[in-house]
Amino acid sequence: MEAIATRDAYGQALVELGEQNRDLVVLDADLAMATKTAAFKQRFPDRFFDMGIAEQNMIGTAAGLALSGKVPFASSFAVFATGRAFEQIRNSVAYPGVNVKIAATHAGITVGEDGASHQSVADISLMRSLPNMTVLVPADGVETVQAVRAAAAFQGPVYIRLGRLKVPVIFGDDHHFSIGPAYVLRQGSDAAVLSCGIMVSKALEAGRQLAAEGIEIAVVNVPTIKPLDGDRLVEIARQTGAVVTAEEHSVIGGLGSAAAELLSQRYPVPLEMVGIRDCFGESGSPDQLLAKYGLTEIDIINAVKKAMVRKRDARV
Amino acid sequence: MQTVTDLQDKALSIRRDILTMIAEAGSGHPGGSLSAVEIVVALYFQIMRLDPANCAWPDRDRFVLSKGHAAPLLYAALAERGYFPLEELGTLRKLGGLQGHPCCKTPGVDASTGSLGQGLAIANGMALAGRLDGKDYRVYTLLGDGETEEGMVWEAAMAAAHYRLGNLTAIVDHNRLQIDGAIAEVMSPEPLAEKWVAFGWHVQVIDGHDFGQILEAFGRASRQQEQPQVIIAETVKGRGVSFMENQVKWHGSAPNGEQLQAALAELEEGVRQWKR
Repeated sequence: MEAIATRDAYGQALVELGEQNRDLVVLDADLAMATKTAAFKQRFPDRFFDMGIAEQNMIGTAAGLALSGKVPFASSFAVFATGRAFEQIRNSVAYPGVNVKIAATHAGITVGEDGASHQSVADISLMRSLPNMTVLVPADGVETVQAVRAAAAFQGPVYIRLGRLKVPVIFGDDHHFSIGPAYVLRQGSDAAVLSCGIMVSKALEAGRQLAAEGIEIAVVNVPTIKPLDGDRLVEIARQTGAVVTAEEHSVIGGLGSAAAELLSQRYPVPLEMVGIRDCFGESGSPDQLLAKYGLTEIDIINAVKKAMVRKRDARV
Repeated sequence: MQTVTDLQDKALSIRRDILTMIAEAGSGHPGGSLSAVEIVVALYFQIMRLDPANCAWPDRDRFVLSKGHAAPLLYAALAERGYFPLEELGTLRKLGGLQGHPCCKTPGVDASTGSLGQGLAIANGMALAGRLDGKDYRVYTLLGDGETEEGMVWEAAMAAAHYRLGNLTAIVDHNRLQIDGAIAEVMSPEPLAEKWVAFGWHVQVIDGHDFGQILEAFGRASRQQEQPQVIIAETVKGRGVSFMENQVKWHGSAPNGEQLQAALAELEEGVRQWKR
């Protein structure tokens, strides 16, 4: 199966968009080779600004560029982009609703060997809590390119969460991403798995393995964490009666929390969360870390079964 | 072209506006608003290229009030310049009215500020955008001296010099006081001028209440093409009201009715003296 890191797709998308939109500018904080903005830098050196190791200033500068009509994409690792510069994002970008795009790579524990200091487990939570902020977590390279295009066309602050690791390409050219909708990738009525980012392909794999056992699950890709596709997700909860969320992020504040906030108010069903259990990561290979922190298709399968038991017991 | 007397008249009106609106609001920051009156008056009534009828004019000069707590000063200048009716100054800090710190939804406010340290970076972005677009507008930003204790100010100072932002002028309102006391005692950012020089800026130190010096400094600054410029304006916090001058307690408290009347009377007296 073809695999590409979402950060690579981001770099390609920037160059493509840079050709079409002369107002598109890119900022980085000394990580252009890693975030893949270097391709844009090479093609459009006049519209690329390396801000050095100074993320707060990068975000403030992006706000000023946007206030004067530019469409800035600011990139760094997710830990630094959303954490180091959080208050700049809050006050200079989100509060005034300035048209800044924050595309952060190296999200989650699949950063791997660099360890916990560089593994962002709370960035979705931080960005989701800000009014005016749109939060996108594309699942593969194809969706990333489309998400970057959509973000550039959208008026307002957008956070795009990207990864370091190569992930399987799920979508064909017929995929039509837009900001907002959740996408049902597999139909099933026993339970639904709501997933985002690298966990979407794992949810699909879980769906295949469960089908072999006679369990049919719906697999849902939720690339827009905010605004959440509430009506669609409530409908899916109603159809399946059991929901599992799967994300490479803390279970506090991410997709799982967003789903729990929604469903507990509008259509409570048994809900299980696959995610990082309120802890930091550590050094190791991505596969080792995914196994240790409970982010594999086996973990999704176990969560589905648990949710189905709760659904059955609730009926009795 | 305004004469210095015109500008002094305008400064007087704006001091009255500031005191009246803060008294009416019952809270706000008179000290650091009064210290920067002459600087902001010079910008809005003489230096900057503006069109109050079209506050989104792409070719306008920009002003970022990085020391956002001086919002009453900015609002008074905008109202006196015709961006919105003077009566709106009475809505300061009230529900549905002018925000306690500048918000770019208010006509004429170029950037939302209030969290100290962020304005210079925003101004940098505006200056970069102007250069990319081949526009000749200039960007001005006003910082507090205490504000320069924020590390991000120096990230932005480094970047402005690195990108040779000749179209950017920063002004530091050097009134030497911050909420907890004298900046020299709380956390000294001195020597300020030497720091900006070391960061690669064109530096001028002036009397921030002397229109002659202010206008001259802005003129010299605008002739620098290759370097951002900072004007360190030596000022008096609470300037114009004897009982507020150099008093930390007037950083962030509102005058009551009696104090307001005393302050306004003093301003009148001051006018009589310099007009004599």
